[in-house]
Amino acid sequence: MNRPLGTARSDDSAGTRAPAARPRRGAAGRLGLRTLHVLLLPVVLVGVYAYAGAASDSYYTPTPDLIAAAFVELWFSERLFTDVLPSIARLLTGFTVAAVLGVGLGVLLGLSPRTRALLEPVLEFLRAVPPPVLVPLMILLAGIDDSMKVMVIVSGCVWPVLLNTVEGVRAVDPVLADTARCYGITGATRLRVLVLRSAAPQIMAGLRLALALAIILMVISEMFASSSGLGFAIVQFQRSFAIPEMWAGMVLLGLIGFALSALFELVEGRVLGWYRGLRAANRGG
Amino acid sequence: MGAAAEPTTTTTDHEGERPTMLKVTGLRKVYDGGAVAVEAVRDLTFELAEGELVCLVGPSGCGKTTLLKCIAGLMPPTGGTVELEGRPVTAPPPDMAVVFQEYGRSLFPWMSVRANVELPLKQKRLPVERRTGLVREALEAVGLAGSADAYPWQLSGGMQQRVAIARAVAYEPKVLLMDEPFAAVDAQTRADLEDLIRALWKRLGVTVLFVTHDIDEAVYLGERVLVLSSSPTVVQDDVTVDLPAGRDQLTTRRDGRFTELRTRVYAEIQRAKRGDAGADGRPQDRTGGREGSPVAGGSPAG
Ligand SMILES: Nc1ncnc2c1ncn2[C@@H]1O[C@H](COP(=O)(O)OP(=O)(O)O)[C@@H](O)[C@H]1O
Ligand SMILES: [Mg+2]
Repeated sequence: MNRPLGTARSDDSAGTRAPAARPRRGAAGRLGLRTLHVLLLPVVLVGVYAYAGAASDSYYTPTPDLIAAAFVELWFSERLFTDVLPSIARLLTGFTVAAVLGVGLGVLLGLSPRTRALLEPVLEFLRAVPPPVLVPLMILLAGIDDSMKVMVIVSGCVWPVLLNTVEGVRAVDPVLADTARCYGITGATRLRVLVLRSAAPQIMAGLRLALALAIILMVISEMFASSSGLGFAIVQFQRSFAIPEMWAGMVLLGLIGFALSALFELVEGRVLGWYRGLRAANRGG
Repeated sequence: MGAAAEPTTTTTDHEGERPTMLKVTGLRKVYDGGAVAVEAVRDLTFELAEGELVCLVGPSGCGKTTLLKCIAGLMPPTGGTVELEGRPVTAPPPDMAVVFQEYGRSLFPWMSVRANVELPLKQKRLPVERRTGLVREALEAVGLAGSADAYPWQLSGGMQQRVAIARAVAYEPKVLLMDEPFAAVDAQTRADLEDLIRALWKRLGVTVLFVTHDIDEAVYLGERVLVLSSSPTVVQDDVTVDLPAGRDQLTTRRDGRFTELRTRVYAEIQRAKRGDAGADGRPQDRTGGREGSPVAGGSPAG
């Protein structure tokens, strides 16, 4: 039984197609260069803005140092706890609920053509409704508290996740699906090792769109009937002519968006490492 | 034991002793999903004895993949039956493994080579030590022990197909189905893989049905070659390969008997093509005619 096989041979001749390792420049050096790349354009833009602002001396476009001062004073205070963190909490809650709902429903629809045929017209209609117009309805249904804002975020973010998940699930390779069936991989295991993994690139694309939408919808929902949050604060500053503070709010929103997208990219790199490698290999050969 | 319980078992003409492992009776498959119905397979009947290595040759598009999918329980036939050890196949049976032609699409790209081979064993709920042992043995057998942690897309085509073979071997199936597994690899790799299949088959005692469109490959590998006609498909001929069991790429292929067998299979395929051009209902008559008259392909030894 355990006789060694004469045909076993090493693979040196066959040659791996792994992308050749680039010459190492040193991790620190690369990080420094990358930081420089990221910061170059913002620094230039702020410089141009400061120059133009100083020249025009307009009340509505305060100089960067005024905005920076307002930024530090505003957000490194208890406002961090009354406005910033609640906003971020609502955003993340809404995004998470939309992600779970979108992926769950998307898998269901993707796997079952009959359910898809049944629900598609309704979904197409709901998708066409712009989420901000749901705010008045949500106020009636859910009041003006957190749940209304979360619902607005969910109602907008769920669509890209749902539709991308359906596409991803439907596109599972039939050969791979047959292979899984032959080896008795069915039910929950099939979902975990085959369907979700092979739909992951599309699901992640949907989640990325949803994240950008979530920030927008968070701000919009807080501009209506609200007493806290970043959107509320920015509108309040604008109405009371606290212009540097208004700008400081906008800068903070931009930074939050940037940080979330960087975080997302980190997660995506983990989840889709295989996909990038596969695509690189296909391009190479 | 199985043979004694079943006195009616029809034995194949060359090997009387071994019990039947796989039995295909009157298999017919019509695809009627599209605008026109396509009769991919008309009427296929054959048997595989336990531990046999049978090759199935036929021109492209004659329904080889269709047949294999029906045998594997991936697709219900329109008519006829498939039996594995006497039990009808209606869903993928647990004792069967399939190696597909599209190696690039049959491996999970998000799993390492090791994880790909181990996945079916996890599904079988084998204990960890047994799993690691089987995975290591299988990867060593196909010469990929060093690539266990690589991803499939980091490997060449021939190596990917070897991973698929290792996965099938580690699964310890009773029947191994292979659908043109070497059609897309280069000639040198292909010769290596052919020898690998013979070696694995001898070592494991598994029943193998090997589908190919390559006549040389069929004769080199098989104990028996089933020749399929082109569509609508029937079994055109059943050729016993009486070459010595120890085969070698150089000497076997130079053997005069090898050339004769190859000529016979080739002639049968040509005959199938001509027969189809004439009348549709003739395949059964032709089999009768072959036994009566000398083989038209001109192989006097037999
Ligand atoms: N899913 C399908 N729907 C309709 N026709 C099909 C389908 N799959 C295969 N066929 C047809 O059935 C015939 C046999 O195909 P196939 O089994 O793939 O042949 P082979 O594997 O011998 O090349 C071909 O004519 C092909 O066009
Ligand atoms: Mg085929």
